[in-house]
Amino acid sequence: MDILYKIFIDPFVQMGGAPDLLVQTLWEGLVGGVLYALIALGFVLIFKASGVFNFAQGIMVVFAALTLVGLHEHGVPAYVALALTIAVMFGLAFTIERLVLRPLVNQPDIILFMATFGMTYFLIGLGELVFGGNPKIMIASELGLPRGAIEIKMLGGFVSLQKIDIAAAIIASIMVTVLAIFFQKTRIGRALRAVADSHKAALSVGISLEQIWVIVWFAAGIVALATGIMWGARSDVSFALEIIALKALPVLILGGFTSIPGAIVGGVIIGVGEKLGEFYWGPLLGSGIESWLAYVIALIFLLFRPQGLFGERIIERI
Amino acid sequence: MRAPTSGPEVAAGDVLLSVENVSLSFGGVKAVTDVSFDIRKGEIRAIIGPNGAGKTSMLNVINGFYHPQKGRISFKGKTRSKMRPHEAAHGGIARTFQNVALFRGMTALDNIMAGRTLKMHRNFFWQLLRFGPALAEEVEHRHRVEEIIEFLEIQAIRRVQVGRLPYGLQKRVELGRALAMEPELLLLDEPMAGMNLEEKEDMSRFVLDVNNHYGTTIALIEHDMGVVMDLSDRVVVLDHGIKIADGTPDQVKSNQKVIDAYLGVAH
Repeated sequence: MDILYKIFIDPFVQMGGAPDLLVQTLWEGLVGGVLYALIALGFVLIFKASGVFNFAQGIMVVFAALTLVGLHEHGVPAYVALALTIAVMFGLAFTIERLVLRPLVNQPDIILFMATFGMTYFLIGLGELVFGGNPKIMIASELGLPRGAIEIKMLGGFVSLQKIDIAAAIIASIMVTVLAIFFQKTRIGRALRAVADSHKAALSVGISLEQIWVIVWFAAGIVALATGIMWGARSDVSFALEIIALKALPVLILGGFTSIPGAIVGGVIIGVGEKLGEFYWGPLLGSGIESWLAYVIALIFLLFRPQGLFGERIIERI
Repeated sequence: MRAPTSGPEVAAGDVLLSVENVSLSFGGVKAVTDVSFDIRKGEIRAIIGPNGAGKTSMLNVINGFYHPQKGRISFKGKTRSKMRPHEAAHGGIARTFQNVALFRGMTALDNIMAGRTLKMHRNFFWQLLRFGPALAEEVEHRHRVEEIIEFLEIQAIRRVQVGRLPYGLQKRVELGRALAMEPELLLLDEPMAGMNLEEKEDMSRFVLDVNNHYGTTIALIEHDMGVVMDLSDRVVVLDHGIKIADGTPDQVKSNQKVIDAYLGVAH
C-alpha cells in the first residue's frame, strides 16, 4: 500500500503543496521540449521530402555549432561567422546531394539510411580534424542572445526563467511557423511534398529532384544550426551533443514522422513529461529516469496510435 | 490557357514531335525496335497494340524517363538522342500514368497546383516569407487552377486528400495536374483503364474538349477500341516493339497485320 501511495498520491500532494515548484518544473520541461522539437523538425524536413530517416541530423547540429564557434575563435566577428556558417551548411547540403543522394537515386530507403550513418561518422571525423575534440563555449552573448534570469513572484514563491530559454522558445516558434506555412502554401513547399509522395510524378510535372534535395538538406542544416546555438548556450558545444539526436526519436514516434506540428507537440510532451517524471517520481526509482522515460512515453503512445499523433494514417487496400 | 512559353511556334497540322528509328532494350529484352512515327500539332494520336507491345515504353521515351539506345526524338524542331524529364516538362510535354501517379498525401487542389510548378517563378526567399510578389503569384495561379477544376467538374473534391478518392476521380485529378502545366503535347497512358462506361464517356468528353478548346495535341494509349476509333485522328499500332501499322482509324482497322496481332494467326 505504501508504494501505491508513493506512486499515485504523494507526487500530486507535492505538486499541490508547492505550486511554484510545479510551474518551475513545467517551464524547464517546456524549454527542453522546444529544443527536442527543433531537432525533430530537422528529421521531419528530410523525411517528408525524401523518405529518408537522416541519422546524421544530430551530428549536423554539432557540426554547425562547432563551425560557428571555431570561426569565431579564429577571429571572425560573431555575425560574420554566423553568415559563413550558413554558407557552410549550404555547401554541405550541396555536397551531400552530389556525392551521396544522386548516386543512390531509386535505391531502397534502407540504403539511404545506411548512407546517413556513413555521413555521421565522416562528419565526426571531419569535425574533430578541423576543430579538435575539446568542448567549446557557445558564443551566445556575442550573437546578442540575452543572459541572466527573470524572477517572477507567483503562487507564494519564485519562478525563475532563464532569458536564453525564453529566446530559444521564441526563435523556435518563429522557425516552426515559417516552415509550416512554407510547406503548406508555397510552390517550393508543394514541390517538396510532391517529391516525398512520388518521384516519377514529380519529375513529370518538371520538378527537379536535385534542386529539391539541396533545399531540404539546407533547411535541415539551418534548423541544425539554430538547435546547436540554443543547446550550446545551455551546456557547451561538444560531440556529446550528438546523442541528443536520439532524443528526437521518441518525439518523432509521438508526433508522427511527417508532421511539423507533430514535432512541436511531441517535443513538448516529451520535454514536460521527462521533467515531471524526473522531479516527482524519480526519487522512487533512484532518479536518473530522465534518460529513459521519453522512450517509455513513446512506447505507450505507440500502442494506441501507431501513426503518431499527427502522422498520416496508412490504410492499405488488400 | 496561354500559349506555351518556350520554343518556336508550330502551326496546326505540322509535325510537333517525331520519333525516328528508336530502339530501346532492357538487358536482353527488346521493348521497342526501330520505331518511327510522328505526332502533328492539334491532332489526337492513338498508340495501340496488345499487352507488352511497348506502348508505355514509347511514352516513357518521349517524356524522357527512358533513354533509347538508338534513334532520335525531335520536338518542336529540336532534335536530340535523349530527352530528360525536366526538359520535356519545360518544353511543354505533360503526361498521366497507367497506374495513376498522384501525390497521394496531398489534396486534389495541391496536386493540380503542383502542376504549375514550372509556371511560378518567385524565388526561394519570397516564398519563405510568403509575402508580396510570392503571394500575388500564388493567388493568380490559384485562379487558373480553379478554371481547370471547374472544367473537370471536380469542385466538390478539391480539399480531399487524393489517396482517399475513388479510382475514376483520381484519374481525373491526374488529368487536371497535367492540364495545369498548359502543355503543348499531352501524353495519356490508358486514361480510361478500369473505368465503367459512364466514367469512360466522361473522360472521352474531357479529352475531346481539351483537344478542341485548348488546341492541345494529345497522344494516348488505350485498349478500348471503340474509344480509340471514336477519338483519334490517326493511330499507330505496335506489336512486340515493332510498328505494324500507321494511319487513320479506318485504315488501321482493316489492316491484316493488325487483325492478326489482336486475334492471333492460325498456324
